Parts: sequence; C-alpha cells; structure tokens
Amino acid sequence: MACFLVPTAEAIIVTIVTKATKTKRPAAPEAEMGNGDTVIKAHIPFVRKLNWLTNLLWGGSALLAFEHVWHGEVVPWFPFLTAANNPQDTAAMLHEMSTVGVSMAAVVTVVWACMLIVSNAMEKRVLNNAPHIAPASN
Amino acid sequence: MTLLTTVFAAIICTVIWYRNAPKDEMKVGILCWMFWGASLMWFVDALFEYAELKADYFTPSPTDMLNDFFLGLSVVALGLTIWVVILLVKDPKGAVKTALFQKKQ
Repeated sequence: MACFLVPTAEAIIVTIVTKATKTKRPAAPEAEMGNGDTVIKAHIPFVRKLNWLTNLLWGGSALLAFEHVWHGEVVPWFPFLTAANNPQDTAAMLHEMSTVGVSMAAVVTVVWACMLIVSNAMEKRVLNNAPHIAPASN
Repeated sequence: MTLLTTVFAAIICTVIWYRNAPKDEMKVGILCWMFWGASLMWFVDALFEYAELKADYFTPSPTDMLNDFFLGLSVVALGLTIWVVILLVKDPKGAVKTALFQKKQ
C-alpha cells in the first residue's frame, strides 16, 4: 500500500547524514599504493560507504514507488495515497508500513552492514599485504 | 515474477559492471544499486506474501504471472531510463558536451 515510504524516509535521513558528514569532515588524504599501472586506495572513506546505503535505498524506493503507481495505490492528486481516503484502509496501510516497510528498510540496512564488514576485511587485507603503507588518518 | 525479473536485471548489470571494473565510464554501478535495492525490498515483500499464502505463493495464475512479468519489464525499463538520464546529465565521457558545443564545419 505504501511500504516504500519507510525506506524512502530512511533514504532521506541517510542522505542528510551523508551530506553533513561530507561537509563536517573534508576528504582526508588517502594512502595509495602503486600496483603495476593501477592505483589501489588502501582506505575507503565512510562517506563513500554511506553512499552505498543511500544508493540502495533510493534506487529500491524509486522502483517500488513505480510498482505502487502501477497498482493504483499512489495517485498524482491529493492525498496521493488511495488508502488515505478512508480510516479502514489507512489503518491497513499503517500496519503494512510498520511490518513490511520497516522490514524492507531493516533488510537493506543489514545487507549494507554485511558489505561494511566485508569491505573492512578487504581494507585490512590490502594494508597487510603492503605493510610499508600507513593507513590514512581519518 | 517482478522479483525474479529484477534479480536477473541486477545480476546482469553486476556482471557488466565487473567486466569493466574498476572503470565505470558508463555508470553501470547506478543500475546495480537500483536493481539490488529493489530486489531486496521485493524479496521482503515476497516473504510476507509467502507467510500469508503458504504454498499457493508458488502457484500463481497465468494472468497474475503475466501481469507481474509485465510489471517487472516496466520496472527494468524505468531503471534503464533513470540510468540514461543520469548518464547524459553527468556525461562522464564528455560526449554530450562535445556534441553540443563543437563547431560545425
């Protein structure tokens, strides 16, 4: 009914946090190492990692919003959600948002957290393979 | 069907991205994020639907399947359209800029 609104709300919050982090903490000089003719960065800034979550949330929400338009659950006129026309449908919509919507946002965030764990492990491996390179100060 | 279509689109885009990585001149990464994000969300939706319908979830009517497949294709088309717009606006190869501002001979 309107489950995509929960990941969209999370996307808005994460976007604001990403922008704030970007302005608060200017990009630190990164440790780089030459590997043949490619350059591998030994540290992935957290802002970039936050961008992964933002991209997943915005991308998914946009396509899900389209699905809701397809099913006639979102309309281009006020109140924009057909379920908001009567209290019974509104209650069902809120229930769906609190179950399916919250689960969607949670699963995307958990997948992102797994990506963070994997990328941190990869960063460590790169640094261990090149011990002469100091990790970038953050 | 919508979930399956999106997952296949995500896998194909990821393979294309990986083939060209670390270069991403065509910004295929955008498509990967979009389709994987939608796939995760539809997967959760499918889990809830399965909890409600049980085994019936796997035996949809042909009409429903066709409608869902049509929706899946439309979703992929929308994703590709968003990608093309971002690609042309960001213009990483400078092709649009060159085409617009080059002098005619």
